[in-house]
This record gives sequence, C-alpha cells and structure tokens, in this order.
Amino acid sequence: MATKPSFSEEVSNLMHASHGNPLKTCVQCGTCSGTCPVAEFMDHTPRCLIGMINANLKEEVLESNTFWYCASCFHCTVRCPKEIDIAGLMYSLKRYSIWKHTYPEGAIGPVFSETFVKSILRSGRSYEPVLAPTYIFSYGVREFLNEAHTATNLMLKGRLPVLPPRIKRLENFKKMANKIIPMGGA
Amino acid sequence: MRTYSYFPGCSLEKMAMSYHQSAMQTTNKIGVELKEIEDWNCCGATTYFHVDELLAYTLVARNLAIAEKMGHDLVAPCSACYKNTYFGSAYLKEDQDLSDHINYALEADNLHYSGSIEVKHLMEVFVDDVGLEEIKSKITHPLEGLRVAPYYGCQIVRPRKDHEDVENPQFFEDLMSTVGADPVDFTYRLRCCGGSLIITSREAALSLVRDLLQSAVYSDADVIATACPLCQTNLECYQMTVNREFGTDFSIPIMYFTQLLGLSMGLPPKKLGIGTEFVSADRILTFAKEKV
Ligand code: SF4
Ligand code: SF4
Repeated sequence: MATKPSFSEEVSNLMHASHGNPLKTCVQCGTCSGTCPVAEFMDHTPRCLIGMINANLKEEVLESNTFWYCASCFHCTVRCPKEIDIAGLMYSLKRYSIWKHTYPEGAIGPVFSETFVKSILRSGRSYEPVLAPTYIFSYGVREFLNEAHTATNLMLKGRLPVLPPRIKRLENFKKMANKIIPMGGA
Repeated sequence: MRTYSYFPGCSLEKMAMSYHQSAMQTTNKIGVELKEIEDWNCCGATTYFHVDELLAYTLVARNLAIAEKMGHDLVAPCSACYKNTYFGSAYLKEDQDLSDHINYALEADNLHYSGSIEVKHLMEVFVDDVGLEEIKSKITHPLEGLRVAPYYGCQIVRPRKDHEDVENPQFFEDLMSTVGADPVDFTYRLRCCGGSLIITSREAALSLVRDLLQSAVYSDADVIATACPLCQTNLECYQMTVNREFGTDFSIPIMYFTQLLGLSMGLPPKKLGIGTEFVSADRILTFAKEKV
C-alpha cells in the first residue's frame, strides 16, 4: 500500500538544487542560528525550524515567518558542520508556501516575489517602479512616501529609468518560458 | 587582449550605471575587453528562486547560451547575477536531464548551452586573470592614506564554489592595497546587507544596514568599497533612512571597487560615474595624488 510522505520528506523532496545533506542529519548544534544575521527577527531560529520540520510540525512550520525573513546570505550553509543547505531549505519553504498559498495575510514577501516574476516574464528585465504597488498595499502610505522619496531622488540623479526596459527577442523569450511552464495561449 | 562576454544585469543599466562606467574604463586600461551579451535577460535576482527553480535556471541558461555563442567566458559585475549564473552553469554541466530539458526550451530562441564556458565575477578578472602585479603597473595616482572598508557581502564568496576560504578571504584587501589604500580591519565585511529584505522586511534590512555602517565607522574607514550593486544601493540609498529611523548621523561614501581603482589609475572622476551619489564622494577624490 502506498504511504503518504511525511512533511519532512515532502520538504526534503522540494530541495531540488540543494546539494546539501538531508535535514535528518541535523544535530541541532545551533551554528546556523548563531550565524544568522536576522535570527532576532524570526519567530523560530533556523535550528528550531529544522527541528520542527524533522518532528513533522507542518502547520507550525508553515505559519512561521522564519523563511520569509531569510535574506539568502548563505552564511549558515557554509558553516553547518553537517553540510546541510539551510539557505536552500528556506527557498523551498518559500516556494512551498506560495504554491499552497499558506503564507500569512498581508505578508509582503510572496507578493513581491510574484510581482517580480510577472514583471520579468513580461519584459525580460526587472524594473523597480513596477514593484511600487506592493508597498502601498502592505506598508501604508507613510512608508510608501518614504520609498517614493528615495525613488524620486534616484530619478533626479538619473539612476532610475523612466520607461521599463525590455529585451528585443521578447516573443522568443516568452515561448521559451512557455516550454518550461506551459501557460496556455501566448 | 583578454575578451569576455559581459553580463551587466538589470541594476547596471541605470541604478548602478556608475559601476558599469567605471568597469568599462578600468578594464580598458588593463587590456581587458568586456563585450556586452547581446539581448541578455534578467538573471532572476534572489527572488525568482522563491517561485520556480526550473524557470530560474532557464533564464540563466539563455544568457549563458548567448555568451557561449560569442565564444568567451561570462563575467558579471553584480554578485547576485554572478552567483545565479555560476551555479546555473554548474548544475547544467553536471545534470544531463536538466540540461536536456532546458536546452529544449532554449530552442524557442534558437539557442543551445553546451557548458563550455566559465563564469566569473568582475573582481576575479582583475585579481586572478589579470593579476595584481599587472594592475600595479597601471597605478599612477595611488590612494595613499585612504582608509577603505572592503565589503565582500555574501554572494561573491558564498555559497562555496570550490575550496576557497569563505571565512577569511583576502582578495579584496589585497586589491585595495594594490591601489595604494589602507584596507581597515572591518568586522562585518562578510555580513549580509539585507538584499531584497529592504523591500520585504524593511525593519530587518535597515538594522543590518545600520550594523554595517556602524562597523565601518568603528574601524575609522573613510569609505566602504563594494563589488555589488545591491550592497551599494542598500548601504547608500538607505543611509538617510537609517539616520532617520535610528537617530544616527552616518555620512560615509559607498563606492564601487572599480571607482577606487579608476581614481588610482588617474581616470577623471566623471568618467567613473562619480557625482551621482547621495553621500558625496568628493572627499575621497583628494586622496588620488600623482606619484612623484
Ligand atoms: S548548523 Fe547544521 S547541524 Fe547545526 S543546527 Fe543548524 S542545520 Fe543543524
Ligand atoms: S541564509 Fe537565511 S537563514 Fe541562513 S544565515 Fe542567511 S539569512 Fe539566516
């Protein structure tokens, strides 16, 4: 009879590109948490989160803000004595929660990621001002104006483009993306 | 003459134009030609991998394929572009299935990546390919007495690529000594600038930026040198925001290593894109004095 994979197996399977050792080998030494520059902002430290995954605490893990605070700095990854790719794990948890739509209401990380991806698929290049609406919805007006202030200064210094850049062979580019993820139509 | 396929990346088009200008000027001085990859696309930054890994590698592969067609190794000045492209290429080289699948998608743009080229960060071109001796011979205006905090950040050294020293790299210090400056003991030189957290988790990112600026000030640095447009933007464009939110009064210029290199080669500041920064770099210019 087929058995359903446990949450920790599911997460391990998601870590495609990660060449690190399995999460099961974690010895809970805490090197990753001690190294992480944003640990103080996370509700669970990286060590703790890995412990939770290994204990199959699925709901608690998905509710955690830990992986959305990860800056992908890879400091934990290069220091882990068990050679676990913790940064790679944080990426997989972001993907998992975007797919399953389990991220907390109002979280800006997933919205930002999705907006960013859409903007690249539309033009082939990234363009910061397109991302502005993410601010308004998630931060409120004051913070947005702060950002707008920075943006205006950048424009005045000629450091922000006025029009979104795009690549030339955009049609081929879109066809290429479609061969990887068929999106119908286009 | 050494020639490379050059992948500027989205930031260098405008935001970090000064990095692009100074890269072009300084490489030109040492007999290196950077040929821009024709019709390159975004590398996916640190964000794309949150959504879809396979598509992220496909984006990277398109640039690699064009670079390969041009017949030169790929060089990226942005640390995030470098890391994505480096590992994208490495995975494609070792995983035949991945390579087959992605090459099938690349056919849509009449491209193919066979994995015959290397991927380098711009700083590697200077330090490893050209070499410090050669660079030294081009220094006419050594930056004597300039205290530089060499800021590595993350992705130029991490994750580990080979057997390099990820805990105590020295190449940035060595390069700064070569231009005549004094690299200071900068405690947070390998710590993260926050990257895209500046958008998604602003409070956390601003505190990282504050810690970094503080660390540089403790070491009595005149300037922080960077090798990445994301680090430069976070440390410079958000310096005022940090001052506002934390009641600090930081005012430390953040310059690309290529700008410092250019000054030491006697290149005019304007050609190196100096003058478009928020925290003025004027004070730094006075250090570039002609050798007597
Ligand atoms: S550093 Fe590695 S072994 Fe230690 S707690 Fe973190 S993941 Fe586990
Ligand atoms: S990669 Fe993420 S979890 Fe690891 S140290 Fe950096 S911020 Fe912390």
